[in-house]
Amino acid sequence: MTYLYVAYAATWAIHIAYLITVVRRYSRLKQEVEQMHKK
Amino acid sequence: MKKAFPILGLLTAGLLSYALYEGLVVAPKEQTMGEVQRIFYYHVPSAWTAFLLFFINFLASVQYLVRRDPKTDKIANWVVITIGVLTCVAPYAIPSLVPAGARASSIATTGVALVGLYFLIKKFFSEQETDMLALTTAEVGVVFCTVVLVTGPLWARPVWGIWWTWDVRLTSTLVLWLIYVSYLVLRRFSSSGQTPVLAAALAVFGALDVPLVYFSIWFFRTQHPQPVIGGGGSIDPRMLHVLLINWLAFLCFAFLVCWSRYRLERMKREVEETQALEALLEPRSALR
Repeated sequence: MTYLYVAYAATWAIHIAYLITVVRRYSRLKQEVEQMHKK
Repeated sequence: MKKAFPILGLLTAGLLSYALYEGLVVAPKEQTMGEVQRIFYYHVPSAWTAFLLFFINFLASVQYLVRRDPKTDKIANWVVITIGVLTCVAPYAIPSLVPAGARASSIATTGVALVGLYFLIKKFFSEQETDMLALTTAEVGVVFCTVVLVTGPLWARPVWGIWWTWDVRLTSTLVLWLIYVSYLVLRRFSSSGQTPVLAAALAVFGALDVPLVYFSIWFFRTQHPQPVIGGGGSIDPRMLHVLLINWLAFLCFAFLVCWSRYRLERMKREVEETQALEALLEPRSALR
């Protein structure tokens, strides 16, 4: 059972980690756009 | 479109929760492997989703390369149609071409999918957009392929007694992952204007590994079990039902992730274009 739960948890850990990188890239880009608007 | 995203997100979250419940509770316990066999409901749909994303990446990359020249584009259209017709007709006309254990209908379906997806991409994506689509599907495909490479050993350890073996299916999957990681590294760190062309060429050749991974269990003797659909393996109908629900849930999730990543890429390119334009205009305004 341990292997089963570890596999399911690892799957979601990988997906969530990727989603976090996408969100971080999006917020960085948004900041850049705001700075461009200020100029 | 902005309203559709949260609605689809909620539906996908519901579907993923239902699929998880089906995989952990409803699906029958496999008699030989026991509870650990339930890894199958995450491992196999992730592999299928990764293959589909790499397949889309291949088609988008081909289009990015051929649409640069109208003549090549026309030739490519006819090549795709010919391959599609041949893969639909040949397995039935010459049954000896079908690998042992495989079904003619599986190969014919692949042919139909090839032609359908190729012309769908052509209709809805411009040349630049095919490049963005290729990048998006490669990135999300690598994430799903990583899941396959992590859940596989976690399933192998209690069943085979080993984490990893260098057999054809496992090794070719690792090579596939490495090819697409190198594709992403190339796109991330190369600043040349030719990067999209080089990356597209790499993707076209990299995609050749996808059928090798898929058909390796038919052509070679491997430790990996036979495919449960379209191949020599068999599966309990209740297990198949749970498997397909999980695949549908992962497909919806992959679609949403690709959509977000695609929007991010488009926004990034728009910002870069604006910055380049500003940089061009600045010296002129200083001269006035």
